[in-house]
Amino acid sequence: MKWDICDPSVQYLLHLGDDALILGHRLSEWCGHGPVLEEDIALSNIALDLVGLARQYYQLAAERVGGGCTEDDLAYWRSDREFRNHVLVEQPNGDFADTMARQLFFDAFHYLQLEALQNSGDAQVAAIARKALKETTYHAEHSADWVVRLGDGTEESRRRMAAALERFLPFTAELFTPAEVDRVAFERGWGPDVASLKGPWDHLVLEVLQKATLERPEVPHKLLRGKSGIHSESLGFLLAEMQSLPRAYPDATW
Amino acid sequence: MSTPEQWPLWEVFVRSKNGLSHKHSGSLHAPDAEMALKNARDVYTRRSEGTSIWVVPSSAIVASAPDEKEVLFTPSDDKVYRHPTFYEIPDEVGHM
Repeated sequence: MKWDICDPSVQYLLHLGDDALILGHRLSEWCGHGPVLEEDIALSNIALDLVGLARQYYQLAAERVGGGCTEDDLAYWRSDREFRNHVLVEQPNGDFADTMARQLFFDAFHYLQLEALQNSGDAQVAAIARKALKETTYHAEHSADWVVRLGDGTEESRRRMAAALERFLPFTAELFTPAEVDRVAFERGWGPDVASLKGPWDHLVLEVLQKATLERPEVPHKLLRGKSGIHSESLGFLLAEMQSLPRAYPDATW
Repeated sequence: MSTPEQWPLWEVFVRSKNGLSHKHSGSLHAPDAEMALKNARDVYTRRSEGTSIWVVPSSAIVASAPDEKEVLFTPSDDKVYRHPTFYEIPDEVGHM
């Protein structure tokens, strides 16, 4: 892209914003396809919360890039290699149980991350985190509720929920493996040591799985480097759709 | 998995401000009370309409039957003396 986005604080904001934007976009794909009307609205609400959060990070990042860079430039004119989200959040929705497993894993992490970011040395990041923590608490309750109900539900819902956990658990190691962007953020006091979030995350997730009467699957972890720009092929397809309009009509305005 | 048709129906009451009473907002389907409350939050308070929500199983509501309408309600139509309109209000009282 034409802007210089190498500044470490910009990179960190992009990392935080990209998780929110990409997951928000994925959830927005459920709009009109939810299993029931009530859930369709719930998923769309959560998608909007996340896109709204991404905008706050991008606006701040654009301000720091300067020279007239906007939040839209950052969302629509970066290529997949320039995105800093975790590989977990770009994974396709699958069925409803898949989406709830992905949400459970991310929501628990997101909650702990925002809790830590409330004390960020970057005062503007701390302010965003304080605001987002409330809605993220709700997201985490929503996904936990569904994992419990599907796990402790019918034979079919249980089978699907167990398969979904198995599908997404291998992606979670990346959440707690510091990449360059995390290391710099931790050194400068902007963000937590992500490895330290693993213990509390295990505790949160295990509590939900116990209520759901589900076992934590024994699966090998994937080595992933989404935070360094190495993504799965899913992100390319997602961006192609998400970015198509501003790229086809660069002068389009709301 | 149970289909939405098997999920019970819930009536949703939302209080918009402290001091006001809960008003009926509509209904929704949910598998249990806790989910009904969460669904109600998503469906009926997403534009900050509420400070408190009640959900009640629709089956718990006892309603008057439409064909009893005459018996129940018409007798009060010709009893205007039940309205407090038969005394003068002094001007000093102002708007009541």
